[in-house]
Order: sequence, then structure tokens, then C-alpha cells
Amino acid sequence: MTRIFDIKRYSIHDGPGIRITIFFKGCPLNCIWCHNPEGISSEPQRLYKEQKCIVCGACVSVCKRKALSMVQKEGSMFVDCDYSLCNVCGECEDICPSLATEICGKDMSDDQILKEIEKESIFFKSSEGKGEEGGVTFCGGEPLMHYKDLLRLLKKCGDLSYHRTVDTTLFSSKEIVKEVADNCDLFLVDLKHMDGDLHKKYTGVSNDQILENIRFISDYECDFYIRIPFIKGVNSDKENITKSANFLSSLKTKPIRVELLPYHDIGKTKHERFASTYNKEGYLLEVPSEEELFSAKEIFKSYGLNVV
Amino acid sequence: MNDRIKHLRQATVETKPSLSIERALIETEFYKENYGKYPIPILRALNFMEICKKKTIFIGDRELIVGERGPRPKAVPTFPELTCHSVEDLNVLNTRELQPYSISQEDIETYAKEVIPYWEGRTQRERIFNHVPEAWKEAYESGVFTEFMEQRAPGHTSMDGKMYETGLLDFKKRIHDEISKLDFLEDPEATDKQEELKAMSISCDAAILFAERHADLAEDMAHERLSVLGDDVSHDNPDYIRAQELLKIAEVCRWVPANAPRNFWEAIQMYWFVHLGTITELNGWDAMNPGHFDQHLSPFFEKDKAEGFLTDDDAKELLSCFWIKVNNHTAPPKVGITAKESGTYNDFTNINIGGVKADGTDGVSDLSYIFLKVIEELHILQPGSSLHISSVSPDKFLNEGVKVIRNGYGYPSIFNPDTYVQELMRQGKSLKDAREGGCSGCIEVGAFGKEAYILTGYLNVPKVFEICLNNGLDPVSGLKLGLETGKAEDFKSYDDLYEAFLKQVNYFVDMKVRVSNYIDRMFAKYAPAPFLSVYIDDCISKGKDYYNSGARYNTNYIQCTGLGTITDSLSSIKKHVFEDKKFSMSQLMTAINRNFEGDEFMRQYILNKTSFFGNDDDYADDIAVGVFNDLYKAIDGKPNTRGEVFHMNMLSTTCHVYFGKIMGATPNGRKAGVAISDGTSPSQGADTKGPSSVIKSMGKLDQVKTGGTLLNQRFLPSLLKKEEDVNKLCSLIRTYFGLGGHHIQFNIVDTETLYKAQDNPEEFRDLLVRVAGYSDYFNDMNIDLQSDIIARTENEKL
Repeated sequence: MTRIFDIKRYSIHDGPGIRITIFFKGCPLNCIWCHNPEGISSEPQRLYKEQKCIVCGACVSVCKRKALSMVQKEGSMFVDCDYSLCNVCGECEDICPSLATEICGKDMSDDQILKEIEKESIFFKSSEGKGEEGGVTFCGGEPLMHYKDLLRLLKKCGDLSYHRTVDTTLFSSKEIVKEVADNCDLFLVDLKHMDGDLHKKYTGVSNDQILENIRFISDYECDFYIRIPFIKGVNSDKENITKSANFLSSLKTKPIRVELLPYHDIGKTKHERFASTYNKEGYLLEVPSEEELFSAKEIFKSYGLNVV
Repeated sequence: MNDRIKHLRQATVETKPSLSIERALIETEFYKENYGKYPIPILRALNFMEICKKKTIFIGDRELIVGERGPRPKAVPTFPELTCHSVEDLNVLNTRELQPYSISQEDIETYAKEVIPYWEGRTQRERIFNHVPEAWKEAYESGVFTEFMEQRAPGHTSMDGKMYETGLLDFKKRIHDEISKLDFLEDPEATDKQEELKAMSISCDAAILFAERHADLAEDMAHERLSVLGDDVSHDNPDYIRAQELLKIAEVCRWVPANAPRNFWEAIQMYWFVHLGTITELNGWDAMNPGHFDQHLSPFFEKDKAEGFLTDDDAKELLSCFWIKVNNHTAPPKVGITAKESGTYNDFTNINIGGVKADGTDGVSDLSYIFLKVIEELHILQPGSSLHISSVSPDKFLNEGVKVIRNGYGYPSIFNPDTYVQELMRQGKSLKDAREGGCSGCIEVGAFGKEAYILTGYLNVPKVFEICLNNGLDPVSGLKLGLETGKAEDFKSYDDLYEAFLKQVNYFVDMKVRVSNYIDRMFAKYAPAPFLSVYIDDCISKGKDYYNSGARYNTNYIQCTGLGTITDSLSSIKKHVFEDKKFSMSQLMTAINRNFEGDEFMRQYILNKTSFFGNDDDYADDIAVGVFNDLYKAIDGKPNTRGEVFHMNMLSTTCHVYFGKIMGATPNGRKAGVAISDGTSPSQGADTKGPSSVIKSMGKLDQVKTGGTLLNQRFLPSLLKKEEDVNKLCSLIRTYFGLGGHHIQFNIVDTETLYKAQDNPEEFRDLLVRVAGYSDYFNDMNIDLQSDIIARTENEKL
């Protein structure tokens, strides 16, 4: 069984071609800008979408542990949850008519996951001569945190000749990275900050292991993209960008492409859906300008990297 | 876009539609004088001749392609022989807020005095309505189905390549050869054939005369300019240049349509005269189509270019002039209540681009790419356009086409010849005729230049189910329209309910077929189309009219609407009432009858916890396939009066909005009055798993059994931003066509749509927002972020 918090079809921004993306629940990092905060905890969580709630009270009445209650806020009613009482039994999700309450994180069998992948698989083979082959992308959360599940699924997908991509921070042991590398076709690796202290400040962990693993997959001649969440005031400064470019260009096997993903604040909605313990600093982050993005790309280009 | 096209484009965009009573006056006077003197085909041909002889000829400033159906651009004639507007209709059209057609009080008075009294009791519409059974009339008025032929003549025809090799003088010769071959001793139909052929011959003369009058006017205008200029004039004087253009126009109009065109310009003008002829002769649904226009024009383009007197820009300019001509031709307005059905100025000329040739090879040429440029530059309402992408079509062509689509004009739509050739062949067309076929109007397939394919009207499938749930009673009108198949509460199983539904489907299909066949005969008898017949094989060799089985192929279609709504309604009942017993049928019926007032819990439960069509979920998709196959069984193969049979189409144009308006709430959680789903697309917002899932669901329908299906997909511009996104969409389209898809169309969502989505969230549940690595449903976002997305979308306009 693998704990999944989402499966997205026609996924076109997570690797080559048309893909299906499987989101593993649980991540060892806690980035302040995280736009998939429901992927951080490995435990199932109750999500609540207030704008979908019709305030029917059905969930309150079925909650055996009395965790849920109707409360009034600024004149309108909503359902409040005392998370210390909630044991995520899922009764509220079953009864909720409007998908306002959902349990995020479902344990799925390999067969269930493979059945979903198979549904999308007809779109993997590109009929466009120049188009790239699609496939399956495992992302998270951090898939390497669940490497046993991941490896099992990677092997099964390999048996079916699906193109396999793993979207990861590489925050893991070298042994695990090697085993994953032996069983996947492409890595999408997040590179968040070159400075160890700042990396720890923003993500909660040091970048030593991450940089080492990037070097390792490069030496091991894996195919990989580097993806940089480009965040103003965090890692968008010239110094960090230059260091990043310098590091990447020094690698034996260069990344196939470097993707700069400009920070956006849409993820904020998601935090409101469960009493997120999310770092409040995240709310203060700013969206970078087109000019900043452009000059950062120029730096990568000047180091001979394929940046998009 | 050069100055001429800018000028013409601005004029066509800014000109407001008006009504012209000229055609009606000429025709009424002619009928008063001549009705009864001639056999009907000849009467119709002489009537056409009279209009060509007397109508105002218009040549606009800076035009290169000339000819208008009315006395001026966007002046729409009426066709009182089919349906005569009342004074009240004219007043409504003149003053209504949406899609008005202006007309002067003086013209309304003239119409009341000269036109209306003569046609009272003599129109096709009255002929039909005075004879149809009461049950049909009630079902029609309650919105169970529509009837195309009660206001317009059967149309939906596309031309093949004949006219580019054959002038009207050649056709006349063929017609007279056929007359001379008639065997009055052995062939009991010889007299009828002679009358029809004579009528065709007169029509040829009429169209030639019509063109000659344009040549005369162009010459007069040229000479007028030259005489003002005097002898000593510089060759770059604009008046001098225009005079030369007018002389060239005159030369073109003296040559075509009498003779086969010799160059690119003449070929376009040739088509345009034929187009005008057919829409002046009668008011066919829904206009006329040039078919594979790029394939037909390509040899002229190549030849002229090789000979050095045509450049790509010249070709683009002439094509743009043609495009604008089509846009000048607003659809004739309806009368009475039917105006509600489709309130649009749009007639459905659909230019097919690409596709396959008769030998199965790729039909894309250099000219096809120029067509794409014209579409992108002009982006005007009409004509519609479509890309035809077979397995042999080059990726580059699809890619360029998708880049036009992402501008968000709503076209071109995309068709799959590999499927529609099979559709046509299943109906009995030859391989060659099928490959030369394509799609006209909305999505309907036809053997171009060889088929009379009559669309008879939309069938409101969810309405039939509503009647079934009410034991034959229409809860909206209160009329007993259907069969008594039992009360909803009494059905013991889902299968019993479904069986009752099929009984109602068959009942209404038979009712519709019976009247369609009657109407077909009325057109064959009273409103033949001899000019159109000249251009459709094999009317000349058979000596029979287009409306009287003269065409090589003669098809009738019933267009089914609302596959998504009916599937989701059945799925909801099957799951919640019969399987899970979440609520009883009587609880559901109570909720539906009070439009879910006080039943929001149930409604939300249905909306969110039912398997709906379009999510690649076999539970709902199997129901859809079942309904689809059963509609096919009910319709396909019913004989028509022209020696062939009825087939099924699945489309709705805008009719699903009207159909929704006259319906109560439905078991899929849809509220009363809200639009039902369109042809075959999932219910609005029901497809929440993205486009690949929709395509998988649609691929489960055996579309070859139809004469066309329709799939509309909504996309935010952010999904098509990068070159690689475009390639991925191309792959998606190719995959759909590999699954046997007939048609797909992408509406690139604009900010206006997003505002609508904020107001009506449940119709837009499918709206997925993706921003670099993040995706979420638009409706799941809070209002601030929705506003943010709206602002982004505005910025991302491509």
C-alpha cells in the first residue's frame, strides 16, 4: 500500500510528454513556500474547503469523537475542527455532500495505482514525430521518503515499459538514490538554495546531502532536470543564482534542462484548508518580476546550461 | 493585413444587420402574376431569374470579390414562400435587444400591404403546420424536438471541385443533352424530368445574368472614375488604380460562372457566385459551404504563382476579401417562437482545411497555411473553419492550427477524416466520394457535391426522459405528450426504468420521422432548387431535383442532444436509488418537482458523489455507450422518402440552451431552466479529471455509427503557453482521433468566462488552473485567488 494524496492526469508540466503524476504523502522538508502543504505530513489529514461547504451539519452529526462543531465567524457559519480530537476516521468525508470535507491521503494498492496509470497510458506514446514520450511521474511530498513503495512501483512500471520520472529533493541516502536511479528514466530534482544555513532556514534541513546526491546522479550519468523554485528574497539573488549555475555547470553530466519556477502565492488557499502549522513567513513571500526571472535565466545561459 | 483588408474588415464588423424586403417584393409580384402558369420547377427557376434580373447590384468600395445576396452588406432578404414574417415579427426583430435586424417603418408597412396578404395560407410553413398531427405539434411546442424545415429549406450542402472545371455554359450543354435523351415512350417520369431539366437550364442563365450585371456595374463605375480623371493621369492615382481594379472585376464577372475559372481570382469569384445563387434561390439550412476550398484552389494558386502573376500576399488578400464576403451574410432571422431556439447572426459556412485527397494522400498544401493566416488575421464571426487531421496530415499543419486556436477565437475546430470517411462508407458512399467528403455547418458529415443531407431537427433526449419519469406527462407544459410507461415510483429495477425510457425514445423518434417525411415531400413538390441541383451529382443525369432524390446520396439526420445530461441522470438514479438506496425514487421525484428547493443536501450529494460521463469511469461511460447505441437503433435505418434512410447525429449548436430552458430539474442535480449538455460533450463541469479522461470516455462511443459527434473542451491559456504545451495538445488530439473521435473543439477560456465561473461554480467544475507545478480547480479557490487567476489570464492573453 502506498499513501497517495492526489493523482493528476494530463499532467504536462512534470516531465516530457503527456503524463500522469502520482503524489506521495509525506516530506522530510518543510519549505516555507510549499504550495502542496497537504503533502508534508505522512498522516492522513482532514481538509476543509469552506467555500464549498453548504453548512448542512451532516459531518458534525456523524463525528463520533465530537471533534467537529458549527461555529460562526464574521457572520457566516462554518465547520470547525478540534484536531486534537480528530482521528481521521473519514465518516465526515463519506457524509459530506459537497466535497467540502475530504480526507487527504489514501492508501492505495499497487494494482489500484497501476490501473489509474494504465487509463492514461494511451496518451504516453507520442504520435507527433518530434514530440516526447510521456509516462508516469512520482512526486510528493517526497517520494524517496517512501522508497520501498516507490521502488516497487518503479519496477512494475518498468515491466510495462512506461517512462518513469521521479520528482524529488534527493534528500535521502546515497544507497536509496542509487537504487531509484537504477529503476527510473528521469529525475526532476529541486535545487532550493546553495547556502547551507539558508537552506536549513527555509526548508528545515541542510543541503549537504542534496548537493552530494545531485553530484552522484550526475556522475552516475542519470538523465535529470533541475527545478528551482524562484523566490524573491529567498534564492533569487545574483549570488545564489551564480553559485547554482556554477555548481550545475561543474557537474560531469549536465542537467538536460534547468527549469525556473517563479514563486506564486496560489498555494496559500491550500493552507487554509486544514489548520496548517505552516510557517507564517510563507505569507510574506513575493512573486518575482519578469525582469528578475529574465536576468536569472541569462546567468544560467552564460554557464552553458539549457534553461527554460 | 493590408489597408484594403483593414478597411473591408472594419466595414463588415461595424455594419449592423438589417432586413431587406426587396427579394420578397420581387418574388411576390412574380408569384401573383405567374403562379399556376408553369410547372413548379420552372416557376421556381423563373422566380430565381426574376430576382437575378431585378435585385440591386452592389459593389463596395475597395472590394475585389463581389456580390451580395441583399442590396447591400448584411441586408438580409426574407423568403416568404417558406415562412412569412408578420408585422409583429418585423417589429420584434427591429427592436429586440439581442441580435436585432433593423427595418424601416415604411418597409414594414409595404410588407404588410404587398407581401403578407398574398402569402397567407400559401407558405411552406403553413402547408406543414396545417397537416401535422396534433401530438407532433404539442411535442414540438413543448421542446421535445425541433424541426429545421419549418422555417428554412433543407440545406447543409457543400460543393466539390466540379465548378472549377465546369462553367454554367458547360452544364447547360449537359442539361440539354439529357433533355434530348429523354424517352417519352418508355420512361413514365420523362415529363417531370424534362420540366426539372428545363428549370436547371433557366437557373444557369439566371446566374450568368446575375454575374453579367456585376460586370456591367463594375465597368460603369470604372468609366465614371476614368472620365473624371481625364486622359492625363498618373498611374498611381488611387482613382485610376481603382478603375483598373473595377475593369478587372468586370473581366472576371464576364467569364465566371459562365465558364470554368482560369486563375485564382476567378476561382474564388466562381465559388462566390455559386454560393450566392444557392442562398438567393432558397434559404437553406445553414448556408452553403465551399467544402475543401484549399484543395480546390491550390492548383490555381500554384499555376498563377509559377506564372508570376500571384504572390502569397495577393492570395491572402483575395481570400480575405472572400472571407469578408461570407461575413457580410448574416443568417436570415426566424419567425415566431423559434427565434428562441438559436438567437444567432451566424450561418454555418465551414471552410474545410487540409484533410485527405480522393486517393487518400495528404490534402495539405502551401495554400492551407495561407488559409490559417487569413483566419488568424481576420478573426471575424463568419465563415467558420476547421482543420482536417488524418493520420497522414503533417504535424506542422496541426501545430500551426493549434497556434491559431490558442488565440481564443473559438475556431478552427478539428475533424478526423479517418473516422468520417468510415462514417460515410458505413452509410454506403464509395471510398472516393467519402474521401472527397467532409464536414459542413457545425459537425455534420457529407459527401460534398453529391449528397442531399437533410438535418431534420434536434431531439431533446433528456426531455424524453423527463416525460418518462412522469408517465408520459410533460411536467412543464402539463400536456400528455408521451406514452404511459408507468410511474417513476413503481419501477422495480433500473432496467425496467430504462426499458420504459427506450419506449418513449422510439415513440418520439417515429413521430418525428413521420413528419419529416411529409415535409420532404412538400419541398420536393413546392420548393425545388433547380440551381443547387445543377451542382449536385447526379441531379442532371437523373433529371431530378436535389430535394427529390436527384442527389447521388440522400440522407436524413436526427440530431440527438444532451448525452451528458441523460447519462448523468441515469447514473444518479442507478447508483443512489436502486443500488445504494441513498434515497427513494419518490424522494428524488419530490426534489426534482420542487427544483431541489430545500433539497440542497441531496442535490450536492448527487453532483459530487455520482459517476458522471467524461471522467474515464466505466460506470457512467457504460451507460452513455448504452444510450448512444439505443438512440442509434431507434433512428438509424428508418426509411426516408428519397430511397434512403435516417441516420443519427449528435450535436446541438446552441439548442441545448433552449432545451434546458423548457425543462424542469433533472436527476443529475441540474436545476430547472439550466442548459442541458450539448451534443456529446460531458455535462457542463461534470468532467473533473481533465481532457485526457474526457477523450477516453468519448472514445468509448462507436462514433462511426453517427454522421458526426461534437466535443467541446475548455482550456485556460496557461495550458498552451509554451511551444511544448502546443505539441502536447497536438498529441492529445492525435490520440483522440486514434480512438475514433470525429471532432474536437477548444474554447480558450477568457476572463469573462472566469467571471461566469465565479457566479455559477457548478457549471464550471472542470475548470482546472495550472501554474507551474501547482494545479487546482478554479472553484476550489477562494475569491481572492480567483481574482488573481482572472488577472493572470488577462495578462496571459496570447
